[in-house]
Amino acid sequence: MKTLGDVKVGDSSTIVKLHGTGALRRHLMDLGLIKGTSFKVVKVAPLGDPVEITVRGYELSIRKEEAAIVEVE
Amino acid sequence: MAASQLHVALAGNPNCGKTTLFNLLTGQNGYVGNWPGVTVEKKEARLSSDASVIVTDLPGIYSLSPYSPEEVVSRDYLMSGEPDVVIQLLDATNLERNLYLALQVVECGLPVVVALNMADLVEKNGDKIDTDALSKRLGAPVVMISALRNTGIDELIAAAKRAAAAKHAVPEHKFDSAIEDVLDKIEKLLPASVPASKRRYYAVKLFERDEAATKLINPTKEAAAAIEQIIAQCEADCDDDAESIIAGERYAVIAHIMDACVKKAPSKMSVSEKIDRVVTNRILGLPIFVLIMWAVYSIATSADAFGTAGTDWVNDCLFGDGFELFGMAFPSIPGAIEGMLAAAGASELVTSLVLDGIVAGVGAVLGFIPQMFVLFVLLSFLEDCGYLARVAFVMDRVFRRFGLSGKSFIPMLVATGCGVPGVLATKTIENEKDRRMTVMTTTFIPCGAKLPVIALLMGALVGDGEAGWISPLFYFLGVIAVIVSGVMLKKTKLFAGRPTPFVMELPAYHFPSLRSWWLHIWERVSAYIKKAFTIIFASTVVVWFLMNFGVYEGAFGFLPEITGGLEEFTSYSILAMIGTAIGWVFIPLGFSSWETTAMSISGLVAKENLVGIASTILAVGDDTGLSPELWQAFGGLFPTAGAIAAFGAFNLLCAPCFAAMGTIRAQMNSAKWTAIAIGYECGFAWIVGLMINQFYLLAQGVFSVWTVVAIVIAALMLFQIFRPMPHWAWDDDRAEVKAPAGAAA
Repeated sequence: MKTLGDVKVGDSSTIVKLHGTGALRRHLMDLGLIKGTSFKVVKVAPLGDPVEITVRGYELSIRKEEAAIVEVE
Repeated sequence: MAASQLHVALAGNPNCGKTTLFNLLTGQNGYVGNWPGVTVEKKEARLSSDASVIVTDLPGIYSLSPYSPEEVVSRDYLMSGEPDVVIQLLDATNLERNLYLALQVVECGLPVVVALNMADLVEKNGDKIDTDALSKRLGAPVVMISALRNTGIDELIAAAKRAAAAKHAVPEHKFDSAIEDVLDKIEKLLPASVPASKRRYYAVKLFERDEAATKLINPTKEAAAAIEQIIAQCEADCDDDAESIIAGERYAVIAHIMDACVKKAPSKMSVSEKIDRVVTNRILGLPIFVLIMWAVYSIATSADAFGTAGTDWVNDCLFGDGFELFGMAFPSIPGAIEGMLAAAGASELVTSLVLDGIVAGVGAVLGFIPQMFVLFVLLSFLEDCGYLARVAFVMDRVFRRFGLSGKSFIPMLVATGCGVPGVLATKTIENEKDRRMTVMTTTFIPCGAKLPVIALLMGALVGDGEAGWISPLFYFLGVIAVIVSGVMLKKTKLFAGRPTPFVMELPAYHFPSLRSWWLHIWERVSAYIKKAFTIIFASTVVVWFLMNFGVYEGAFGFLPEITGGLEEFTSYSILAMIGTAIGWVFIPLGFSSWETTAMSISGLVAKENLVGIASTILAVGDDTGLSPELWQAFGGLFPTAGAIAAFGAFNLLCAPCFAAMGTIRAQMNSAKWTAIAIGYECGFAWIVGLMINQFYLLAQGVFSVWTVVAIVIAALMLFQIFRPMPHWAWDDDRAEVKAPAGAAA
């Protein structure tokens, strides 16, 4: 399974499915990360984590660990 | 009167300018920053143009889900029946995501007015928003405003009043017809007691299997079973879970609205992106951060800078030797008061109380204000413009290592000025465990008031109170204390658990309005000034009393008088008695004289007092911690250099002052957690002092029972630091990992 954390900096992809349960999953959905949403990984923090993505016209910081529940194309 | 009052709820995403609008509407002080969840508490104020309107500021939220306390508070308030109308504020430059909350608020069945904020920026970007079309699709009036430039506000208030008169509103947006059918079926199964305007809201919540809403509605067993069957059928049809279906439907509605109402100018790289390319750059990010912080502290504390110049002026002139202005000589405040008291024929007791007790104590505190002011001017700017959110992004990796998130960094930066606003700044951390741990550890960072203490210690240890490499060493000690505490506490039952998710919006950079910037600075400086005139004021008087009254040759009284002007009169004071009585606590740390205990007690009241008390007790006229006589006299109180270091470690790490303890109490909002926090700080300080002293002695070949204790404690600490996370900490985690596997099958 390829996840959001695997997308290279500068690449774009589309969300296939959100795994996991509970608060984190719902929070990601509320922020607009749902099936079919395209996003772009803009950069990685200097220490390698978290990553910054552009989604729905705004910027979001997400740790790779949390990005692991987001399956992408 | 009550009948004519109008309740307005103000709802919106974090970073949409809600606090700025709230301040503008009500004229009340508030906080403006770039952190989500900043208005955790409920803020209420009357409209400044119409006192019959009460505005309630809801927390900044992204949704009305049942998972975060901010969201639960908001939806409970919206459904409570109190608000007559909701002003739903949207950041018009980020409409797509902002509309997600707006749709949910409209579904609450209350009259809603939609305010599109940052209208000026939309215009500048060249985007066009058709407000009429948007209004039709949302079923609510839409007003373009700019809270920053104060445009469209009157229109917004008028629209809110008109909408409130209508009493109810009907959401216009519709989901896919298959989903609408399902929601209709659920609506029919709701108890008759649910009013018509709220049926849609609860139908959606029950479909999402929202536990809180289900409990509230309490459907009959048959109805609950029927609803569950409907949901399960729909989930099977859509091949998705109910929560995802609703989120998907909402964003589908938003996509239609965006197509119909918004014409985007061809996108070009925004200023924000250009700035971010540099400041959060993979290679340059950290050096830039270090450079900015170095600049901030240089400006605030370097000898030639405004802040230090101001502080020196207050200490040396206003409270020292007097000053000259426009060629006229002015006496210092103590000088002027001394003159007035002498002229009024005041007794020695009154003169001593006023000058040594009140003026000296409060003066020591006020001296820090210019420096602190400059520091907060700079830090508040960095926070309000959006840079500190990037710092959290850059630093998160470091902080996660010891169980915190990048968000804990901001309180610690603020605490370098003063622990009181530092502890206050923790309210921006949403996760309760993280917030509590940050409150407990943030005052380990040396605040401005600890700097004279550091100067005194260094003078006594190496004979140079201003050695350039010295104070970074103590910041380093503070940082180590934070890290060690974070790592150890995370593995206790109090704080264990999976790391808190760190999913954070990085708001676009913007130049803060002078007004909100100032309010933010003032909030922090005033927290410090308040402390100076309440707790410190009272405590200096108490400490003055304890130090100047005592028993001399069998008689109790004012010591300078009854001892006949004896220079060491303080050794007969009540403070000396207390110091002697509890000095044994510090025996293993190498200092147990009443003098050092008294200094530690006064330091616990306020670190600002410590050096002043030392100079009084030692009868050396200096309270800046920079005179060699004071260093010598102070050093003479300790048997070894190790004991001096232990004294320093204890006083710099223990609970900082009464004011900070009061703030910790307010922030923890629990007596138990306040006791844990203060107990931990003092206990940790004592243990560090013990280890420093005992290991110093051991190096000199001195071995005792306490050496064994120190070694055992050190071993336990190392074990706690390096052992893996206990298995029970992950129990909740395993449950979460299992669930998706089941869902996939």
